[in-house]
Amino acid sequence: MAIEEKVNEIIVEQLGVSADQIKAEASFIEDLGADSLDTVELVMAFEEEFGAEIPDEDAEKLTTVGGVIEYLKSKGIEA
Amino acid sequence: MPIHITGTGSYTPERVLTNADLEAMVDTSDEWIRTRTGIHQRHIKAEDQATSDLALEAAQAALDAAGVSAEELDVLLVATCTPDSPMPGSATIVQDKLGAKNAFAMDLNAACSGFLYALECARGLLESGRHRKALVIGAESMSSIVNWEDRTTCILFGDGAGAAVVEYRETPGGLGLASLGANGALKELLNIPAGGSREPLSEEALQDHRNCIKMSGQEVFKHAVSHMTRTAKQLLAEADWQADELALVIPHQANQRILEAIRSRVGVEKDKVFVNVDRTGNTSAASVGIALDEAVRSGRLQPGDKVMLLAFGAGFTWGGFLLEWSKA
Repeated sequence: MAIEEKVNEIIVEQLGVSADQIKAEASFIEDLGADSLDTVELVMAFEEEFGAEIPDEDAEKLTTVGGVIEYLKSKGIEA
Repeated sequence: MPIHITGTGSYTPERVLTNADLEAMVDTSDEWIRTRTGIHQRHIKAEDQATSDLALEAAQAALDAAGVSAEELDVLLVATCTPDSPMPGSATIVQDKLGAKNAFAMDLNAACSGFLYALECARGLLESGRHRKALVIGAESMSSIVNWEDRTTCILFGDGAGAAVVEYRETPGGLGLASLGANGALKELLNIPAGGSREPLSEEALQDHRNCIKMSGQEVFKHAVSHMTRTAKQLLAEADWQADELALVIPHQANQRILEAIRSRVGVEKDKVFVNVDRTGNTSAASVGIALDEAVRSGRLQPGDKVMLLAFGAGFTWGGFLLEWSKA
Protein backbone atom coordinates (compact mmCIF):
# COMPACT_ATOMS: atom_id res chain seq x y z
CA MET A 1 0.00 0.00 0.00
CA ALA A 2 1.36 3.40 -0.94
CA ILE A 3 2.10 5.80 1.88
CA GLU A 4 -0.70 8.12 0.69
CA GLU A 5 -3.32 5.40 1.10
CA LYS A 6 -2.04 4.41 4.53
CA VAL A 7 -2.05 8.02 5.73
CA ASN A 8 -5.57 8.56 4.38
CA GLU A 9 -6.76 5.42 6.09
CA ILE A 10 -5.44 6.61 9.46
CA ILE A 11 -7.07 10.02 9.01
CA VAL A 12 -10.43 8.45 8.17
CA GLU A 13 -10.22 6.27 11.26
CA GLN A 14 -8.98 8.93 13.68
CA LEU A 15 -11.17 11.83 12.58
CA GLY A 16 -14.23 9.92 11.44
CA VAL A 17 -14.29 11.69 8.08
CA SER A 18 -15.12 10.14 4.71
CA ALA A 19 -12.31 9.32 2.30
CA ASP A 20 -13.51 11.78 -0.36
CA GLN A 21 -13.03 14.71 2.05
CA ILE A 22 -9.31 14.00 2.15
CA LYS A 23 -7.27 16.08 -0.25
CA ALA A 24 -3.59 16.96 -0.14
CA GLU A 25 -4.34 20.57 0.76
CA ALA A 26 -6.98 19.68 3.40
CA SER A 27 -6.17 21.15 6.82
CA PHE A 28 -6.91 18.84 9.74
CA ILE A 29 -8.40 21.60 11.86
CA GLU A 30 -9.95 23.92 9.21
CA ASP A 31 -11.29 21.32 6.78
CA LEU A 32 -11.52 18.00 8.60
CA GLY A 33 -12.97 19.17 11.91
CA ALA A 34 -10.05 18.09 14.12
CA ASP A 35 -9.48 19.71 17.50
CA SER A 36 -6.08 20.14 19.14
CA LEU A 37 -6.19 16.72 20.82
CA ASP A 38 -7.21 15.05 17.54
CA THR A 39 -4.03 16.39 15.96
CA VAL A 40 -1.98 14.93 18.82
CA GLU A 41 -3.73 11.58 18.37
CA LEU A 42 -3.15 11.70 14.61
CA VAL A 43 0.58 12.22 15.10
CA MET A 44 0.63 9.32 17.59
CA ALA A 45 -1.17 7.12 15.07
CA PHE A 46 1.36 8.02 12.35
CA GLU A 47 4.21 7.26 14.73
CA GLU A 48 2.72 3.90 15.64
CA GLU A 49 1.92 2.95 12.04
CA PHE A 50 5.24 3.97 10.52
CA GLY A 51 7.50 3.24 13.50
CA ALA A 52 8.82 6.77 13.37
CA GLU A 53 9.29 9.32 16.11
CA ILE A 54 7.88 12.72 15.22
CA PRO A 55 9.36 15.40 17.52
CA ASP A 56 6.89 17.95 18.92
CA GLU A 57 8.50 20.81 16.99
CA ASP A 58 7.93 18.91 13.73
CA ALA A 59 4.45 17.79 14.73
CA GLU A 60 3.29 21.40 15.16
CA LYS A 61 3.96 22.02 11.47
CA LEU A 62 2.02 19.00 10.22
CA THR A 63 -1.29 20.75 9.63
CA THR A 64 -2.38 19.33 6.26
CA VAL A 65 -2.71 15.89 4.69
CA GLY A 66 -0.10 16.69 2.04
CA GLY A 67 2.23 18.09 4.67
CA VAL A 68 2.21 14.79 6.56
CA ILE A 69 2.88 12.72 3.44
CA GLU A 70 5.72 14.99 2.38
CA TYR A 71 7.19 14.89 5.89
CA LEU A 72 7.06 11.10 6.15
CA LYS A 73 8.66 10.74 2.70
CA SER A 74 11.39 13.17 3.70
CA LYS A 75 12.11 10.83 6.64
CA GLY A 76 12.57 7.98 4.20
CA ILE A 77 9.25 6.34 5.09
CA GLU A 78 7.68 4.70 2.05
CA ALA A 79 4.92 2.73 3.84
CA MET B 1 2.89 -13.70 49.95
CA PRO B 2 -0.72 -12.63 49.46
CA ILE B 3 -1.41 -8.96 50.16
CA HIS B 4 -5.02 -7.89 49.80
CA ILE B 5 -7.11 -4.77 49.63
CA THR B 6 -9.67 -5.53 52.33
CA GLY B 7 -11.70 -2.32 52.32
CA THR B 8 -12.04 0.88 50.33
CA GLY B 9 -13.49 4.32 50.95
CA SER B 10 -13.75 7.64 49.19
CA TYR B 11 -14.94 11.17 49.70
CA THR B 12 -15.72 14.06 47.40
CA PRO B 13 -16.69 17.44 48.87
CA GLU B 14 -20.30 18.55 48.76
CA ARG B 15 -19.80 21.60 46.56
CA VAL B 16 -20.10 20.85 42.85
CA LEU B 17 -18.62 23.14 40.22
CA THR B 18 -20.26 22.56 36.84
CA ASN B 19 -19.03 23.53 33.41
CA ALA B 20 -21.78 26.16 33.37
CA ASP B 21 -20.29 27.62 36.57
CA LEU B 22 -16.91 27.80 34.85
CA GLU B 23 -18.42 29.61 31.86
CA ALA B 24 -19.08 32.47 34.24
CA MET B 25 -15.47 32.46 35.50
CA VAL B 26 -13.29 32.06 32.39
CA ASP B 27 -13.72 32.20 28.62
CA THR B 28 -14.82 28.60 28.03
CA SER B 29 -17.95 26.61 27.20
CA ASP B 30 -19.61 23.47 28.44
CA GLU B 31 -19.36 22.03 24.93
CA TRP B 32 -15.62 22.77 24.66
CA ILE B 33 -14.87 21.18 28.05
CA ARG B 34 -17.02 18.10 27.39
CA THR B 35 -15.58 17.35 23.96
CA ARG B 36 -11.95 17.91 25.02
CA THR B 37 -12.07 16.22 28.41
CA GLY B 38 -15.35 14.40 29.04
CA ILE B 39 -15.69 16.36 32.30
CA HIS B 40 -19.14 17.68 33.25
CA GLN B 41 -18.48 18.72 36.84
CA ARG B 42 -15.93 18.50 39.64
CA HIS B 43 -16.13 18.68 43.43
CA ILE B 44 -14.51 21.58 45.27
CA LYS B 45 -13.68 21.55 48.97
CA ALA B 46 -15.20 24.02 51.40
CA GLU B 47 -12.96 26.89 52.47
CA ASP B 48 -12.50 25.42 55.94
CA GLN B 49 -11.51 21.99 54.59
CA ALA B 50 -7.93 20.91 53.95
CA THR B 51 -6.53 17.81 52.26
CA SER B 52 -6.33 15.88 55.57
CA ASP B 53 -10.05 16.48 56.14
CA LEU B 54 -10.89 14.90 52.79
CA ALA B 55 -8.44 12.07 53.54
CA LEU B 56 -9.99 11.46 56.94
CA GLU B 57 -13.48 10.88 55.47
CA ALA B 58 -12.16 8.38 52.93
CA ALA B 59 -9.98 6.70 55.56
CA GLN B 60 -12.86 6.16 57.98
CA ALA B 61 -15.01 4.66 55.23
CA ALA B 62 -12.20 2.29 54.20
CA LEU B 63 -11.62 1.14 57.78
CA ASP B 64 -15.35 0.52 58.24
CA ALA B 65 -15.48 -1.48 55.02
CA ALA B 66 -12.49 -3.57 56.07
CA GLY B 67 -13.70 -4.04 59.64
CA VAL B 68 -10.35 -2.78 60.87
CA SER B 69 -9.97 -0.34 63.75
CA ALA B 70 -7.64 2.65 63.53
CA GLU B 71 -5.50 1.26 66.39
CA GLU B 72 -4.75 -1.87 64.36
CA LEU B 73 -2.97 0.11 61.65
CA ASP B 74 0.84 -0.07 61.50
CA VAL B 75 1.31 2.11 58.42
CA LEU B 76 -0.54 5.18 57.19
CA LEU B 77 0.46 6.64 53.83
CA VAL B 78 -1.06 9.74 52.25
CA ALA B 79 -0.23 10.30 48.60
CA THR B 80 -0.72 13.98 47.82
CA CYS B 81 0.82 16.95 46.06
CA THR B 82 -1.45 19.36 47.93
CA PRO B 83 -0.66 18.80 51.63
CA ASP B 84 -2.36 20.90 54.31
CA SER B 85 0.94 22.79 54.68
CA PRO B 86 4.60 22.03 53.85
CA MET B 87 5.16 20.58 57.33
CA PRO B 88 4.13 18.36 59.06
CA GLY B 89 2.97 15.73 56.64
CA SER B 90 -0.78 15.55 56.16
CA ALA B 91 -0.59 11.85 57.04
CA THR B 92 0.27 12.74 60.64
CA ILE B 93 -2.82 14.95 60.85
CA VAL B 94 -4.96 12.09 59.57
CA GLN B 95 -3.20 9.71 61.97
CA ASP B 96 -4.10 11.93 64.91
CA LYS B 97 -7.72 12.57 63.94
CA LEU B 98 -8.28 8.93 63.05
CA GLY B 99 -6.74 7.73 66.31
CA ALA B 100 -4.25 5.48 64.52
CA LYS B 101 -1.88 5.72 67.45
CA ASN B 102 0.15 2.64 66.55
CA ALA B 103 0.86 3.65 62.96
CA PHE B 104 3.78 5.51 61.51
CA ALA B 105 2.49 8.10 59.08
CA MET B 106 4.00 9.92 56.13
CA ASP B 107 3.18 11.70 52.90
CA LEU B 108 4.34 10.60 49.50
CA ASN B 109 4.36 12.80 46.41
CA ALA B 110 4.18 11.12 43.03
CA ALA B 111 1.52 13.53 41.73
CA CYS B 112 -1.29 11.71 39.90
CA SER B 113 0.49 8.35 40.26
CA GLY B 114 0.58 8.72 44.04
CA PHE B 115 -2.05 6.16 44.93
CA LEU B 116 -0.27 3.40 42.99
CA TYR B 117 3.13 4.40 44.33
CA ALA B 118 1.74 4.31 47.89
CA LEU B 119 0.06 0.97 47.27
CA GLU B 120 3.36 -0.55 46.12
CA CYS B 121 5.18 0.89 49.16
CA ALA B 122 2.52 -0.51 51.50
CA ARG B 123 2.78 -3.89 49.85
CA GLY B 124 6.54 -3.94 50.35
CA LEU B 125 6.22 -2.98 54.02
CA LEU B 126 3.67 -5.73 54.61
CA GLU B 127 5.76 -8.28 52.74
CA SER B 128 8.67 -7.48 55.03
CA GLY B 129 6.65 -9.21 57.74
CA ARG B 130 7.26 -6.35 60.19
CA HIS B 131 3.92 -4.63 59.52
CA ARG B 132 0.47 -6.17 59.33
CA LYS B 133 -2.06 -3.56 58.29
CA ALA B 134 -1.62 -0.46 56.16
CA LEU B 135 -3.92 2.35 55.14
CA VAL B 136 -3.19 3.90 51.76
CA ILE B 137 -4.87 7.22 51.02
CA GLY B 138 -4.74 9.43 47.96
CA ALA B 139 -6.07 12.90 48.79
CA GLU B 140 -5.93 16.20 46.96
CA SER B 141 -7.17 19.76 47.13
CA MET B 142 -6.40 20.61 43.53
CA SER B 143 -8.62 23.69 43.79
CA SER B 144 -5.95 25.25 46.01
CA ILE B 145 -3.20 25.03 43.37
CA VAL B 146 -5.19 25.76 40.22
CA ASN B 147 -4.90 29.13 38.50
CA TRP B 148 -8.57 30.05 38.26
CA GLU B 149 -7.75 32.52 35.48
CA ASP B 150 -6.15 29.86 33.24
CA ARG B 151 -8.92 28.30 31.21
CA THR B 152 -6.67 25.55 29.87
CA THR B 153 -6.07 24.02 33.32
CA CYS B 154 -8.71 25.23 35.79
CA ILE B 155 -11.43 23.25 34.03
CA LEU B 156 -9.59 19.96 34.54
CA PHE B 157 -9.18 19.47 38.26
CA GLY B 158 -11.26 18.56 41.28
CA ASP B 159 -10.86 17.73 44.97
CA GLY B 160 -11.37 14.45 46.77
CA ALA B 161 -9.85 11.45 48.51
CA GLY B 162 -9.76 7.69 48.06
CA ALA B 163 -8.47 5.11 50.53
CA ALA B 164 -7.73 1.40 50.79
CA VAL B 165 -6.90 -0.84 53.73
CA VAL B 166 -4.17 -3.27 52.74
CA GLU B 167 -3.51 -6.44 54.72
CA TYR B 168 -1.70 -9.75 54.63
CA ARG B 169 -4.21 -12.62 54.26
CA GLU B 170 -3.68 -16.35 53.79
CA THR B 171 -6.12 -16.41 50.89
CA PRO B 172 -5.40 -16.55 47.16
CA GLY B 173 -5.59 -13.50 44.92
CA GLY B 174 -4.95 -9.95 45.99
CA LEU B 175 -2.28 -7.62 44.68
CA GLY B 176 -0.34 -9.02 41.74
CA LEU B 177 2.30 -7.64 39.42
CA ALA B 178 3.08 -3.95 39.59
CA SER B 179 5.14 -1.77 37.31
CA LEU B 180 6.12 1.74 38.34
CA GLY B 181 8.34 4.21 36.54
CA ALA B 182 9.55 7.79 36.45
CA ASN B 183 11.28 10.22 34.12
CA GLY B 184 12.19 13.47 35.83
CA ALA B 185 13.69 14.90 32.64
CA LEU B 186 10.19 15.91 31.55
CA LYS B 187 9.27 17.83 34.71
CA GLU B 188 8.75 21.12 32.87
CA LEU B 189 5.71 19.77 31.03
CA LEU B 190 3.63 19.59 34.20
CA ASN B 191 4.65 21.35 37.40
CA ILE B 192 4.15 24.01 40.04
CA PRO B 193 7.25 26.18 39.67
CA ALA B 194 7.18 28.22 42.89
CA GLY B 195 6.49 27.65 46.56
CA GLY B 196 9.36 25.29 47.33
CA SER B 197 13.10 25.60 47.94
CA ARG B 198 13.97 26.25 44.29
CA GLU B 199 11.75 29.28 44.06
CA PRO B 200 10.23 30.28 47.39
CA LEU B 201 6.95 32.15 47.34
CA SER B 202 7.34 35.82 46.53
CA GLU B 203 5.02 38.60 45.50
CA GLU B 204 6.31 38.25 41.97
CA ALA B 205 5.70 34.49 41.91
CA LEU B 206 2.16 34.99 43.16
CA GLN B 207 1.48 37.65 40.56
CA ASP B 208 2.61 35.31 37.77
CA HIS B 209 0.65 32.41 39.28
CA ARG B 210 3.88 30.45 39.56
CA ASN B 211 2.43 28.84 42.69
CA CYS B 212 -0.16 27.16 40.45
CA ILE B 213 -0.19 24.22 38.07
CA LYS B 214 1.45 24.76 34.70
CA MET B 215 0.80 22.16 32.06
CA SER B 216 1.68 21.61 28.40
CA GLY B 217 -1.55 19.79 27.70
CA GLN B 218 -0.81 18.26 24.32
CA GLU B 219 2.59 16.85 25.32
CA VAL B 220 1.18 15.51 28.59
CA PHE B 221 -1.69 13.89 26.69
CA LYS B 222 0.73 12.11 24.41
CA HIS B 223 3.01 10.89 27.18
CA ALA B 224 0.06 9.81 29.32
CA VAL B 225 -1.39 7.67 26.54
CA SER B 226 1.91 6.10 25.52
CA HIS B 227 3.15 5.36 29.05
CA MET B 228 -0.12 3.92 30.36
CA THR B 229 -0.58 1.88 27.18
CA ARG B 230 2.95 0.50 27.39
CA THR B 231 2.59 -0.27 31.10
CA ALA B 232 -0.72 -2.06 30.53
CA LYS B 233 0.64 -4.20 27.70
CA GLN B 234 3.81 -5.02 29.60
CA LEU B 235 1.89 -6.14 32.70
CA LEU B 236 -0.51 -8.28 30.67
CA ALA B 237 2.38 -9.96 28.86
CA GLU B 238 4.31 -10.55 32.06
CA ALA B 239 1.29 -12.05 33.85
CA ASP B 240 0.27 -13.97 30.73
CA TRP B 241 -3.23 -12.46 30.93
CA GLN B 242 -5.25 -11.59 27.84
CA ALA B 243 -6.82 -8.13 27.68
CA ASP B 244 -10.28 -9.70 27.45
CA GLU B 245 -9.76 -11.53 30.76
CA LEU B 246 -9.82 -8.21 32.61
CA ALA B 247 -13.10 -7.63 34.40
CA LEU B 248 -12.27 -3.98 34.93
CA VAL B 249 -9.54 -1.46 34.14
CA ILE B 250 -9.41 1.43 36.59
CA PRO B 251 -7.22 4.15 35.12
CA HIS B 252 -6.31 7.54 36.55
CA GLN B 253 -9.22 9.79 35.65
CA ALA B 254 -7.61 12.74 33.89
CA ASN B 255 -9.44 13.01 30.61
CA GLN B 256 -11.98 10.85 28.79
CA ARG B 257 -9.97 11.18 25.58
CA ILE B 258 -6.91 9.69 27.29
CA LEU B 259 -9.01 6.82 28.66
CA GLU B 260 -10.39 6.10 25.20
CA ALA B 261 -6.97 6.25 23.53
CA ILE B 262 -5.57 3.75 26.05
CA ARG B 263 -8.63 1.52 25.83
CA SER B 264 -8.43 1.14 22.07
CA ARG B 265 -4.68 0.52 22.11
CA VAL B 266 -4.77 -2.11 24.86
CA GLY B 267 -7.80 -3.78 23.30
CA VAL B 268 -10.30 -3.57 26.14
CA GLU B 269 -14.05 -3.28 25.60
CA LYS B 270 -15.70 0.03 26.44
CA ASP B 271 -17.74 -1.24 29.38
CA LYS B 272 -14.61 -2.69 31.01
CA VAL B 273 -13.02 0.70 31.63
CA PHE B 274 -14.18 2.47 34.77
CA VAL B 275 -15.02 6.12 34.15
CA ASN B 276 -16.01 8.78 36.66
CA VAL B 277 -13.98 11.70 35.29
CA ASP B 278 -17.26 13.18 34.06
CA ARG B 279 -18.31 13.72 37.69
CA THR B 280 -14.97 14.22 39.49
CA GLY B 281 -12.55 15.86 37.06
CA ASN B 282 -8.89 15.06 37.66
CA THR B 283 -8.34 14.55 41.39
CA SER B 284 -4.65 13.65 40.94
CA ALA B 285 -3.45 11.13 43.56
CA ALA B 286 -7.01 10.64 44.81
CA SER B 287 -8.38 9.54 41.47
CA VAL B 288 -7.59 5.82 41.34
CA GLY B 289 -8.61 5.42 45.00
CA ILE B 290 -11.96 7.14 44.43
CA ALA B 291 -12.59 5.17 41.25
CA LEU B 292 -11.69 1.86 42.93
CA ASP B 293 -14.06 2.57 45.81
CA GLU B 294 -16.89 3.57 43.48
CA ALA B 295 -16.32 0.40 41.48
CA VAL B 296 -16.49 -1.71 44.64
CA ARG B 297 -19.55 0.02 46.07
CA SER B 298 -21.46 -0.12 42.80
CA GLY B 299 -20.92 -3.88 42.57
CA ARG B 300 -18.59 -3.73 39.57
CA LEU B 301 -16.04 -6.02 41.26
CA GLN B 302 -16.71 -9.62 42.19
CA PRO B 303 -14.35 -12.03 43.99
CA GLY B 304 -11.92 -13.52 41.49
CA ASP B 305 -12.23 -10.62 39.05
CA LYS B 306 -9.02 -9.64 37.31
CA VAL B 307 -8.44 -5.92 37.62
CA MET B 308 -5.86 -3.46 36.30
CA LEU B 309 -5.06 -0.09 37.84
CA LEU B 310 -3.18 2.51 35.77
CA ALA B 311 -1.84 5.98 36.51
CA PHE B 312 0.29 8.74 35.06
CA GLY B 313 1.31 12.08 36.49
CA ALA B 314 3.77 14.93 36.90
CA GLY B 315 7.45 14.01 37.01
CA PHE B 316 6.66 12.18 34.90
CA THR B 317 5.63 9.27 37.07
CA TRP B 318 3.52 6.34 36.00
CA GLY B 319 2.44 2.93 37.16
CA GLY B 320 0.21 -0.07 36.75
CA PHE B 321 -1.07 -2.81 39.05
CA LEU B 322 -2.72 -6.14 38.42
CA LEU B 323 -4.89 -7.64 41.11
CA GLU B 324 -7.43 -10.36 41.66
CA TRP B 325 -10.31 -8.91 43.61
CA SER B 326 -10.73 -10.88 46.81
CA LYS B 327 -13.11 -8.87 48.94
CA ALA B 328 -16.62 -10.34 48.80
